[in-house]
Amino acid sequence: MISHHSILRRVKNSRIAWTLLILALVLLFNLVFTKGFFHIEIKDGHLFGSLIDILNRAAPTMLLAIGMTFVIATGGVDLSVGAVVAISGALAASMVGGKLVLKGDVQEYISIYPMWLAIAAALLVSLASGIWNGLLVSRAKIQPMVATLILMVAGRGVAQLITNGQIITIYYKSYHYIGTGYLLGLPFTVFIVGLVLLVAWLLARKTAIGLFVESVGGNRTASRLAGINSANVILSVYTFCGFCAGIAGLIVSSNVKSADGNNAGLWSELDAILAVVIGGTSFTGGRFYLMGSVVGALIIQSLTTTIYSVGVPPEINLVVKAIVVFIVSLLQSESFRKTVFGNPAGKGRVSA
Amino acid sequence: MKPLLEMKGICKTFPGVKALSNVNFRLYRGEVHGLMGENGAGKSTLIKVLTGVYKLDEGEILLDGIRVEATSPQHAQMMGISTVYQEINLCPNLTVAENIFIGREPMKHGRIDWKEMNKRAELVLGRLNIYIDVTRLLSTYSIAVQQMVAIARAVDISAKVLILDEPTSSLDAAETEQLFKVMRKLKSEGYAIIFVTHFLDQVYEISDRITILRNGELVGEYKTESLPKVELIAKMIGKELAELDYLPGEKKSACGGKERRLLLSARGVGRRGTIAPFDLDIYEGEILGLAGLLGSGRTETARLLFGADRADEGEVELEGKKMSSMTPRSAIGHRIAFCPEDRKEEGIIGDLTVRENIILALQARKGWFRYIGRKEQEEIADKFIKALNISTPGSEQLVKNLSGGNQQKVILARWLATDPKILILDEPTRGIDIGAKAEIQKIILSLCKAGLGILFISSEMDEVLRCSHRIAVLRDRVKIAELTGDEMDEQVIMHTIARGHTS
Repeated sequence: MISHHSILRRVKNSRIAWTLLILALVLLFNLVFTKGFFHIEIKDGHLFGSLIDILNRAAPTMLLAIGMTFVIATGGVDLSVGAVVAISGALAASMVGGKLVLKGDVQEYISIYPMWLAIAAALLVSLASGIWNGLLVSRAKIQPMVATLILMVAGRGVAQLITNGQIITIYYKSYHYIGTGYLLGLPFTVFIVGLVLLVAWLLARKTAIGLFVESVGGNRTASRLAGINSANVILSVYTFCGFCAGIAGLIVSSNVKSADGNNAGLWSELDAILAVVIGGTSFTGGRFYLMGSVVGALIIQSLTTTIYSVGVPPEINLVVKAIVVFIVSLLQSESFRKTVFGNPAGKGRVSA
Repeated sequence: MKPLLEMKGICKTFPGVKALSNVNFRLYRGEVHGLMGENGAGKSTLIKVLTGVYKLDEGEILLDGIRVEATSPQHAQMMGISTVYQEINLCPNLTVAENIFIGREPMKHGRIDWKEMNKRAELVLGRLNIYIDVTRLLSTYSIAVQQMVAIARAVDISAKVLILDEPTSSLDAAETEQLFKVMRKLKSEGYAIIFVTHFLDQVYEISDRITILRNGELVGEYKTESLPKVELIAKMIGKELAELDYLPGEKKSACGGKERRLLLSARGVGRRGTIAPFDLDIYEGEILGLAGLLGSGRTETARLLFGADRADEGEVELEGKKMSSMTPRSAIGHRIAFCPEDRKEEGIIGDLTVRENIILALQARKGWFRYIGRKEQEEIADKFIKALNISTPGSEQLVKNLSGGNQQKVILARWLATDPKILILDEPTRGIDIGAKAEIQKIILSLCKAGLGILFISSEMDEVLRCSHRIAVLRDRVKIAELTGDEMDEQVIMHTIARGHTS
């Protein structure tokens, strides 16, 4: 029988509980200070409101965080996801673009290449970027931060080459649907994130990949001796991370209806890393928490939205964000919690 | 002549362990003094007490007749006691000269005088007859040279007592000889050197006297020339020669039956600088023990057979099939299992649960997509928790929260779950309590009865004798003998190790 006490203890030691608590606190703050924050209304069959807005805007970060979770769980990091967002967006935008044609009397923009081809190309290039990172880390044995730094810097150059240094505007209407469309009353991006999350969860928990990732991140030598091909595990997590970044790139470019090699996804790798860490996955590798990372991304977006809606002067809003992130990180730190809240009882040693 | 260094009645207790009890140690000027003992004998504790890493509980240390007590290795160094460790405590990314003078660089006009520093570094090394380019990075030189740089640094900081802790363990024969030259030079200049090693020949080659410790107690201090090797071994492992003449009459036969099937046969397998080429056969239903002192190449042998390290010569046949190259994955594919010596670094994955640790190797063999369902995982875990009597609140406990013995059982379970034909056990009973030890030995014997071929490594000779049907003896990284039947007794093994071959 599970006693009341032990449920409490399990909640206290559970990572996701702390992450959810933080999200709840941010939302609670809005309940008190932001009028109409929780108001959701239906316009033209679509749901509108701050909460829906947060879900929609957080989509790219959530996608990046999902991919990044696996990478961080192996003890690595991928700094290049922001650049991959730019590459993916640039490629799709330049292939879709928009050509003005006359259909009868109506002027209409059509896609230069078929849209599915543009999307496929963007995703393939993102996959290739991930494979590149994965090979550098797993085969060339370059430290992850250095290995992915290469593409982080070079990738922006690639994106600008694709767009010829211009900001490409996307006129083709159908492409706008990816980032701004609605399905069943909800933003289409929510479904994209949901699908990727589902795939990630299936890979993590219904195949052996999740176990291998945690094992390699926990103890690489022991994993090798247990017969796990850790090089391939590492290669695959970077590949998946690149793929997620590619999808995020499509959403970002569709959202702003343009591709800017310089600024698309700028610093988004840092938000993704932060989301993963807030979500409870340790930077040293090992256990990972997919849902935690997604909630982490939501916290970051809620925070941004809150700061804007409360009307914090723009010059200090980064400071406010920093303070909140600082508090969140403290709450996630086990040794901090131990010092402040006392030693959790569930940590007893078992002896033979 | 009065000793330069005298340690009297040294006692040191750690929670639950008496690491040193009433140990005396004397060191004279101009001598090399071998400090010998098996694992856990207290050698490193004694050195750490001397160099101020640990505070002594009782006893006193006299240096030049004056009572001293070092509070830190830096403090000991200031008093003239320097240590050079096996893993070199220098910075590979600095130059040789920088390493020698780090923290005490010669200055000129408030800046480092590089010219002077390099000149003095060459001088310091020249005293040891080492002539190298001191402006190159330390990492560009071999371990042997790095070690000598460390010695040069220690000597230059006016050491009187130089402690060399396993300095030769990663050196080849020529490099060792080079190091010995340096040691002899220092000795002739009046330095006193404490030499800690596992290599018998080396102690006899270089040391003047030997102090032996066992289980934290002093066995005795001897002149090297008047202590036969076999007696040294006997004293290290704690058996008097007379006592060894008595033998338990019990003899074992292979439990697999008459028709023994050859599972693994290694021919001329070796790896440079690790273990000399050896031949080894493992049969079905038989336990092959590896005997030898610490550092004799037992672990290295096991690692080559599993492919944990790559052999650079020789070949392995598995059930008559030639293997091109062994990797852990191919070994596992051929149903070989390996419990490594270093449980924590190479065995368990502490942050994962007991269940996950147990199914890991099985899942790794099945691959990424033939996932073992959660329910089946739990069944496997529960089966082994029960079979091996693993003491845990449940299969969802994190492995790092278990005791050493139970962690060992979890690793054993991980391999048994893969249904192996060959099981390589490197020190499966190290550092676990008596009860768990007996249990693991029982498990090993019953696995052998079930037909597994087992390679069994243990530092405890008793244990090897009790469990094995055949024993391969190693010394100084060479396989020197294989003993069966009547030859399998402690005295024969010790004489074999002492002589370096069978009679």
